[in-house]
Formats: sequence, C-alpha cells, structure tokens
Amino acid sequence: MQVTSITHGIIIDHVPAGRALKVLDFLGIDPRKTRLALIMNAESQSFGSKDIIKIEGDVVVDLNILALVAPSATVNIVRDSVIVSKEKPTLPLHVTNVIKCSNPRCVTSTERGIKQQFHLVRGHEDARGMQYRCDYCDEGAKL
Amino acid sequence: MSAQLSSSLKGMSIVTLDDLSVPQLNDLILKALYIDGHRKEVAHTCDGRVLATLFYEPSTRTRLSFETAMLRLGGQVIGFAGASQSSAAKGETIADTLKTVSNYVDVVAMRHPKEGAALVASQAVDTPVINAGDGGHMHPTQTLADISTIFNRFGRLDNLTVGLCGDLTFGRTVHSLIETLCRFGNINFVLISPDELRTPQYVLDRINDTPSCSYVEVRDMTEVIGDLDVLYMTRVQQERFFNEDDYLRLRDTYILDMEKLSAGKESLAVLHPLPRVNEIAVDVDDDPRAAYFEQVKNGMLMRMALQCSVIGDELPGYDADKMEEEVNN
Repeated sequence: MQVTSITHGIIIDHVPAGRALKVLDFLGIDPRKTRLALIMNAESQSFGSKDIIKIEGDVVVDLNILALVAPSATVNIVRDSVIVSKEKPTLPLHVTNVIKCSNPRCVTSTERGIKQQFHLVRGHEDARGMQYRCDYCDEGAKL
Repeated sequence: MSAQLSSSLKGMSIVTLDDLSVPQLNDLILKALYIDGHRKEVAHTCDGRVLATLFYEPSTRTRLSFETAMLRLGGQVIGFAGASQSSAAKGETIADTLKTVSNYVDVVAMRHPKEGAALVASQAVDTPVINAGDGGHMHPTQTLADISTIFNRFGRLDNLTVGLCGDLTFGRTVHSLIETLCRFGNINFVLISPDELRTPQYVLDRINDTPSCSYVEVRDMTEVIGDLDVLYMTRVQQERFFNEDDYLRLRDTYILDMEKLSAGKESLAVLHPLPRVNEIAVDVDDDPRAAYFEQVKNGMLMRMALQCSVIGDELPGYDADKMEEEVNN
C-alpha cells in the first residue's frame, strides 16, 4: 500500500491499531477540514499492527492528550519532506476538560459550570499500571 | 502519639481525611477527650459563631451530631434538611448556594447525594466546609468517630487486627477507615464479605502500599472472629444499589448475634457506623464489646473538636502536651 508522503506537517506513528479516529477526536482535529491520510492496521515490527496519521500543514498536537489515548505513539515533524524531529508523549499528572467522568453519581454530572478534572494514579486499569481518576469522585476514567 | 497545635486547622475545609495529617488527627482525638472531661469549661468556646448544616439528603445522626456539637460549644445553627427545602429545588448550583450561605456563617457542614459535592463546595468559598457525606464517596467525620472509639478502647491506633464485615464495595466508611488506619500503620485487615461486595482494588492498593499493613479476604465471619481486636460491621445500603433484587439477596448475608460473638476476644470492640437494619442482633447491645453507641458520642465530641479547630477558637484550658501526658499515663 502506498500513501503519498507529506512535505510539511506531522506524522503520528505507532498509534494502536484501530485507534486513529479516536486520536483525531481527542486532538480536536476535524477530518472534514484537514488534509490528512489515515493508514489503519499497517504492519508493525514492534506491535504487530498499528495506525499512522499523516497531516499536511501546520498542526499543533497536544502531546499530553495524545499520551492519554495513544501512549505508544510518536510524533514526527516533517519539513521539506524530511523528518526534522521526533517527539514522544508523556502522561500528564492532571488533565482538564479532556475526559468526561462516566460515574452517574459524580457531581460533575449535575453541577453546571464545573471542569472535568482527572489526576494520574497508580492503578490496574492500564498495562503500564497507571490510571486517571476523577478529582471529584475518584472514579477511574474510561478512555 | 504526638500532637500538633490545632491552630494549623484554622480556615481549612475537610473534604477527606487526607486533608489532615496524622499529628492533626491525634490532636483532634486529644481535644475530643478533653472536651468530654470539661463540658462546662468548653461550653462558650464558639460563642457568637454560626454553623450552617446544608443537608441535601436525609440524615438523623450526622446532622443532629453536627448541630449538637455547635450548640454545646456555645454557637448557633441554621440550615436545611432535604434538597426540597433549599434553592436546589429551583436549580441552584452547589457553588452558588455556598457563595450565599458563606456570608451568613462561620462554618458549613454539608451532606449531598453526589460524589465530589463537598469538593465543589470547598472550592467555591473561603469559609471552612466540612464534608458530612458526599454520596458513596467520603464521610470523614464518621471515620473520626471510628478512630476515636478505637483509640479510646485500645489506647492506640496501630498494632491491631481489624475485621471489616458486610458491604465492602459501597461502604464509604469502610474505605475511609482502612485508608486512615494505613496512615497509622501496623494493621492487619481481615476483609469479610460475599464475593459481590468485595473491597475495591484501589483500597487494596492502599494497604499494599503500606509495608507494615496486610490483609486477608474471607467469606466466613465465624472462622476469623476470634482473631480480631476490632470488628467493624456495616449495613448493606439499599440506596447504593440500582437493582433491588441484588440488594434483597445480599442484605442478610452477615448477622452478628451472641452465638457468633461468643467466639470473640473479651477485648474485642464491635463498631458500626449506624443505622443498622438487622446485621447486629439487639441482644449484642448489652455486651461490653458493643462499642457502636460509644461511636455516636465520640462522633459528636470529634465534631466539636473539628468545628472549633477550623473556626480557630481555642478550647479554654486545653494544653495538647498536658493532655498527651495524661493519656499516656
């Protein structure tokens, strides 16, 4: 399979297979208004299969948010058809208004004007032993 | 036990007991003991102060305990009992209610059915807010009553085997007690529950993170009751279940009666956050090991200690070092 390379933009590589659309959603990138290519379920030596997102143009990616939804991803910055730098996301200690608390008993489900805030704790929900919990009710985040 | 000057609590909101250090917890226990022995001397500690009790859901013990605590310190009380009597019925947010009420009072005690409501309240205002229960989440003053009762019975909060029995999944008092006792250390927890109501993993993680503490999970109370220093019974709470069938099936799983209690140590202390339904037989009440009505008294004394501390009113004649010396002797 061949996808035309980009000349000026970013390549989000090593996205867990099948999660590319979710990554775009979390990053707030609208596929209807952005010139991009999605490669889903591509072969990967490290992971078996992976998704790749190529975006043409000046795009700012919030690495903290990317870390939440695709912690294994890397971001390659492309200038004049050459990868000039690589960045790896790290899990942020706090996230605000990115994840929504799914606990129906949580105060965030009824109180108006309240921010959705989560903090990182050690847990068992994640292969890396990390989990985000709601600041208000301590419910684990469902990503 | 080492105490710390309570003035450090002045202006603080208490959403969870993690807001308090171990020396601060020790100081509150000493203050409660002092208050119990000096009721007249402390009767005007909070003269001119006003407590607001904002109770958005039903409560007998907790609300009356908070209100009595302030009245016994010389202060006065305003508030409501039930969301239908408040502006919440008109759609007012918690934050707006607090911003209004905080203009009237010196301290707020709030109970709300939503988890995290107390944090919202405490972030909205500078007036100290004490969490009187936020749904199934936290109930710090119940835990203050629990640790005070254990301390009064054993003179310590460490080197104990503590059994917790019943609803260990939804029981907020159980989680809070485990987490608080872990901070004192050297506790062996015996977690007695049916499979459906086992202790959540994040609470077990807290025990695992404390090297001096350990736990075992069992289904049968009778096989472990003889090993326990403390047996903390809980009610299977109907309001925590979405499905009534599950509630009815699990309600009668554990009932403590005199026959089961006969296998317990003479020094065993049986605690229960109350109200009970049928999980402790009434004839157990007369046994000296029953400590659950002492818990009610200790809850009020700890709320007195907490309220005057967050307001910043000193108890007349209270000397932390002297009190600590008395307790140690």
